[in-house]
Amino acid sequence: MDALATFGMTVLGMLKDVLPIAAILIGFQVLILRRPIRNPARVAVGLVFVLLGLALFLQGLELALFPLGRLMAEQLTLPSFILGEGVEAITAFQWTDYVWVYVFAAAIGFATTVAEPALIAVSIKANQVSGGTITVNGLRFAVAVGVALGVALGTFRIVTGTPLHWYIIAGYVIVIVQTAKAPRAIIPLAYDSGGVTTSTVTVPLVAALGLGLADTIPGRSPLLDGFGLIAFASLFPMISVMAYAQISEWRAKRARESNTDNPS
Amino acid sequence: MKQLFLQFFKSLRQSFQDLLPIILVIGFFQLVVLRQPVPQFGQILAGGLMVLAGLSLFVQGLQMALFPLGEEMAYSFVRKGNLWLLLLFAFTLGFGTTVAEPALIAIADEASEIAATGGMIDDSDDARSSYATGLRLVVALAVGFALLVGVIRILKGWPVQYLIIGGYIGVVIMTGFAPQEIIGIAYDSGGVTTSTVTVPLVAALGIGLANSIRGRDPMIDGFGLIAFASLTPMIFVMAYGMLF
Repeated sequence: MDALATFGMTVLGMLKDVLPIAAILIGFQVLILRRPIRNPARVAVGLVFVLLGLALFLQGLELALFPLGRLMAEQLTLPSFILGEGVEAITAFQWTDYVWVYVFAAAIGFATTVAEPALIAVSIKANQVSGGTITVNGLRFAVAVGVALGVALGTFRIVTGTPLHWYIIAGYVIVIVQTAKAPRAIIPLAYDSGGVTTSTVTVPLVAALGLGLADTIPGRSPLLDGFGLIAFASLFPMISVMAYAQISEWRAKRARESNTDNPS
Repeated sequence: MKQLFLQFFKSLRQSFQDLLPIILVIGFFQLVVLRQPVPQFGQILAGGLMVLAGLSLFVQGLQMALFPLGEEMAYSFVRKGNLWLLLLFAFTLGFGTTVAEPALIAIADEASEIAATGGMIDDSDDARSSYATGLRLVVALAVGFALLVGVIRILKGWPVQYLIIGGYIGVVIMTGFAPQEIIGIAYDSGGVTTSTVTVPLVAALGIGLANSIRGRDPMIDGFGLIAFASLTPMIFVMAYGMLF
């Protein structure tokens, strides 16, 4: 019964989320466009699917993944785990003491990105629009690698306490250089993948990791240093998606060249 | 009906593959690195099954409703031929979907705490809540503005990189002048604005527009709206931090 009640609350919360969107769509459709939607029944059923699906998804995450993930983030950043049994507070440390934290950050960043519904949506569209040149899983893999690198580097930044903006600015410089070199058709999609990576699954876990780190390391403030991980997670996918396209292009070119070299 | 079930079954299997990495990562760290037993196994299993069913339903609904809706509205606007209405729609969609976004509400509340501790505003509930509300409105305005500019860009066929890189240079310059406390929040607010329901809709809208205007390529011109929506909040939030 209890579970049913919480599920009801989640559906209500989702409704509150979706209601403004639905109001805008219906308002413009009815008042301004004045054109009937094709297949209204199918669209209505689809909207119910989206609503129920997201509610189930969030509720399930809240039951299964988030408590465990948050607990693990806490445990991995505990002084007794980092510096061995019996250590109560961290006074002196080296950045290498946190190696498991970086590995966890990368692994969880990768895994949650693969399951991110918004990214699935964009990948499906990119696959359709590109006529199959970009595969759904290829794009998701590239984005996930970017998030993994970004979040791992972000935790490294919190541990070392270096200023956030130097990393972000350096990342932008890489993005600019890549933009000049990468195949033109991938650029808008690469920019978009920065924005879609961080939503329902990734943000809560990554934020918990950042806050846990900033809380236990001396000299870091959770309020100032806990932020910023999400920015890493949105910046690096741009780099990795453009790199993915550059590598594909380079390999295709090399294959073409070796074909012309040996016309057998 | 039968086809629907078959499709659902297929997407269920796909969803399981999508969730497999999470299961492996959590399992490995819990059992091998932390050496802890998995607590409340039954609850986790139930939650996992819900996640699985939810993801499959969502993907199914995406293809049935959100994609066709976004694309169809794009066609209708182009056929109607009224630029101002299209721009009004783009702005309203961006503003309306962002202002009520729960992730944004959470970030705005935390930001008001930081501002209060940092002495930027009075440490009272009133000052904090008006700061948080102001921040939310600023971010929502930023996203509305982003979709507006993004749609104009698709109509005109401007290359996305000049606008985006120009925006980034703006971000970098503003970082030098904005108060230290606001920078982390500003960078993060770009990432949280694009929710799971908005993204498919906006992507379909952009592609629909690019498809229905002669001379536009859906790959080159259709994507990019989401990138704008993640960029402008950074600029607007830093400006907000500098002004207040």
